[in-house]
Amino acid sequence: MFGLKADWSLDVQDRYFTIEDYEGAQPRWCTGCGDHGVLTAVQKVCREAQLSPEKIVNVSGIGCSSRLPHYMKTYGFHGLHGRALPFASGIKARRPDLDVWVSTGDGDCFSIGGCHWIHALRYNVDMTVLVFDNAIYGLTKKQTSPTSPPDLKTNTHPTGAFLPAMNPLTITLGVTNVSFVAQVVDWNPLLVYETIKKAHAHRGTSFVRIIQRCPVFVEDVHKEMSSDPSQILLLKHENGIPTNEAVEKIYPNQLVHDPSDWNGAMAIARDTGKVPCGLLYHDPDAPVYDDWSNVGLGMSDEDKLAGVNKALDSFSI
Amino acid sequence: MTKQATAQKSNVAEISAGKPKRIEEHIIEVVSDSGEGAQKCGQTFGTVSGKMGNGVWTVEIIPAEIQPPARSKEGASGVRIRLGHKYVTNMGDEADLVVALNEQVLYNRIENRAFREGTVVLLENKWAEDPQPQIREDYAKAVADFKERGLIIHELPLEKECLKIVKNARKGKNMFVLGMLCRIYSRDTQRALDEIAKAFARKGEAVIKPNHDLFKAGYQYAVDNLEYHYEVLPEKEGVQKPTIVTNGNTAIGLGVLASGMDCLAMYPITPATSASHYLADVFHQTGGFMHQAEDEIAAAAYAVGSSFSGKTAVTITSGPGMALKTEILGLAVMCEVPLVVVNVQRGGPSTGQPTKIEQGDLLSALYSMPGDAPKIIMAPATISECFHFVVTARKLAEAFRTPVIILTDANLATGVQPYDRPEPQAEWLASPIDQSEWDKNVPAYEWDEETGISPRPIPGQKGGEYVLTGLAHTKRSKVAYDSMSNQIGCNMRSRKMAAVAATLQKPKIHGDDEGDILVVSWGSTLGAVEEAVDRMRADGHKVSNVHLRFLHPFEKDLKEIFSKFKKVMTVELNYSDEPDMPLINDSTRRYAQLATILRNQFVMDIDCWSIVQAAPLQPGVICKAVLGRLEKLN
Repeated sequence: MFGLKADWSLDVQDRYFTIEDYEGAQPRWCTGCGDHGVLTAVQKVCREAQLSPEKIVNVSGIGCSSRLPHYMKTYGFHGLHGRALPFASGIKARRPDLDVWVSTGDGDCFSIGGCHWIHALRYNVDMTVLVFDNAIYGLTKKQTSPTSPPDLKTNTHPTGAFLPAMNPLTITLGVTNVSFVAQVVDWNPLLVYETIKKAHAHRGTSFVRIIQRCPVFVEDVHKEMSSDPSQILLLKHENGIPTNEAVEKIYPNQLVHDPSDWNGAMAIARDTGKVPCGLLYHDPDAPVYDDWSNVGLGMSDEDKLAGVNKALDSFSI
Repeated sequence: MTKQATAQKSNVAEISAGKPKRIEEHIIEVVSDSGEGAQKCGQTFGTVSGKMGNGVWTVEIIPAEIQPPARSKEGASGVRIRLGHKYVTNMGDEADLVVALNEQVLYNRIENRAFREGTVVLLENKWAEDPQPQIREDYAKAVADFKERGLIIHELPLEKECLKIVKNARKGKNMFVLGMLCRIYSRDTQRALDEIAKAFARKGEAVIKPNHDLFKAGYQYAVDNLEYHYEVLPEKEGVQKPTIVTNGNTAIGLGVLASGMDCLAMYPITPATSASHYLADVFHQTGGFMHQAEDEIAAAAYAVGSSFSGKTAVTITSGPGMALKTEILGLAVMCEVPLVVVNVQRGGPSTGQPTKIEQGDLLSALYSMPGDAPKIIMAPATISECFHFVVTARKLAEAFRTPVIILTDANLATGVQPYDRPEPQAEWLASPIDQSEWDKNVPAYEWDEETGISPRPIPGQKGGEYVLTGLAHTKRSKVAYDSMSNQIGCNMRSRKMAAVAATLQKPKIHGDDEGDILVVSWGSTLGAVEEAVDRMRADGHKVSNVHLRFLHPFEKDLKEIFSKFKKVMTVELNYSDEPDMPLINDSTRRYAQLATILRNQFVMDIDCWSIVQAAPLQPGVICKAVLGRLEKLN
């Protein structure tokens, strides 16, 4: 509603946004799908930050989670399978004023978009990337995804998936210039909210892997994990994801982890015995691509014409 | 007359005593191993000639590898300069005079039909005394062979002469050769010295001085030892109006600057990349940013993202890159995102011939996307048009809310020519993006039923919030679950093409507007085709030419133009079956690409002649092909 600006003047805003201002079409995800809770958390974070809906762009690829932009009342870009990250980077290239969010899935990001995933982390464009990882292709009806556990029976591997599941955390952490890596499970709304809030506040590419249930195709994959809190390893630190007593009571396994400690983050990510929840890595000072891509904005037509003429003159005879 | 006798005759005829022989034009080549500076020599010669007011067309001879084996056919690197009294529009036929720094690279040019009987070759002779017997033997064998082929060979001690001035002749022979050429063609030496000083300005006097000395030595050597001395007077002395000299890729880059586009996303690919190199160097002068993406798909996606949230962006690529960008372009068509795509075509299919010319991507530009995906396709015919078409493409993309593909090719990319300096206008620049409030009642695709055109909300515009989607969508950009929305969307996107067509003019006919054969062409072949048509007309043949700049949609009244000729045929640089090939008949013959779409569009029996031989078309080759068709007609 109002707030103090950096120069201590009172900023009276004429608009106050409620959750409804961020609500688009009625979600068509299945009943019990983890995506619903994430959408709610995103809307809450937007309201909390009082983001102008017209300045938000929700970008996505193809898949169940990539329908999210349709359920937000903001600008959206529901593009192509695997390509959400380069579209989002381009959207942000010359528009530092826009708030760019990406919704993608395990197939979209880790498989068909694998190349873009790695390079987007390195560019470190200022955007919030939410990977909805349900360990299965849902929209195309139950095919093996890179994070499907071995032996999972799917329509493409009816006798069970051959390979060990990909570990997206170690890959993400391994990319040079990665700046924000968090993981959360969809069934703890408070943690989801706090994680997304922290991710959004970071300037750079915030990568959040959300372990998300798909009750229709792979109910068993997350059943044990979601019913047995001891399988979760809660990461705690003053610079990490804020928790509260209620959350800490649920999860008996806790670890104090400083998110600036990359080696510690890698060790946590490599240990597949438990599911880490929290902020694994955070480097607020990693170079941000926007600082290059925004250069030259706002140049006047006169200066541009002078620039063109200078270029032409260098070829004059 | 024997070949030897022909050679003798032309030799005698061209000996001049003091006064240069006046000629209308000459084609000159400088060929060497790569790294010997033949291109710098040729480009400087071209610039000097341009400044003198001559017509000039320069084309680089580029090997496929960075460090090809020395003294090899594949390693030929150099430049061809066509120097004329009048304006020159293409690289011409066979060369008149060639300077070669070794004999093996000449075989590359022979294979490319670059020489004829009587072509004069000034050949470095140091190989005759090379310490390696194999090289001595190869050299002697080749020289004998060249003579047998009717080339007039002069073996010159270029290395020895250069060593009198510099320690490493490899790094300066090109300036010696430049001096020789400037004498042979009576070039303005002061201009040449100025150009050399300009080229080495950054390196300072210590480098300029020996290069000047080499130039002067080469000049004097030609005075003392060579009988060739010509004069190619310019039609008008000096530069008449503001003129610039660039290749086509630089012209594309300059066009991007002048269009006001401020985002280029690219991935390295030959022969397109030099356009991006140029922009990487100068884009900051107009406030632009160049993104080198992780792959071709990401480059296109980045450009589409940037267009979606602001001004029209551009991506520059070549054939294999276009193949990868296909799905992104399909989305841009479907979602009506303005975009400029430059495809500097090379030889295909697949990786094909990266440094060679072909016009093989027309059909894929038109049809490679799933579903119906109409977009504007333009093809500049000259280097100057490479500049202006980018400016036009940006405007069309925004006005019609659509991708525009510009098809150039390796010939335009590397050809260098003087042309009128464009005078950039403020109205060429993209306007600042609209951030005013959007009327909530106006949907994201408020299609005009007559034209298919709709205004575009840009993120940041309050009230315009919509979700762009590659799924079939309603005019409010909602995912369409009904059957009619897709039909309506397709209608509207197709209608835009008809609306574009309504703005186009009837193309000019080169020659009479009726006759026996109308040659239809597109892209970089313009100069060669027009020259061929002029030659045939001078011989009394009723041949005309129409050159198309818009390939989708077409310019106006083509059917009416075509109907005035007994035969219409395209001349192209892509593949087609010749009618007399085995198994080829009416139902199996595959036509050249423009011919295919013209036949389809106008339901006329349009013939074609095309080749894929990795070289630009020569006027003489076109004449032969068209006269062959003419013979069968009468």
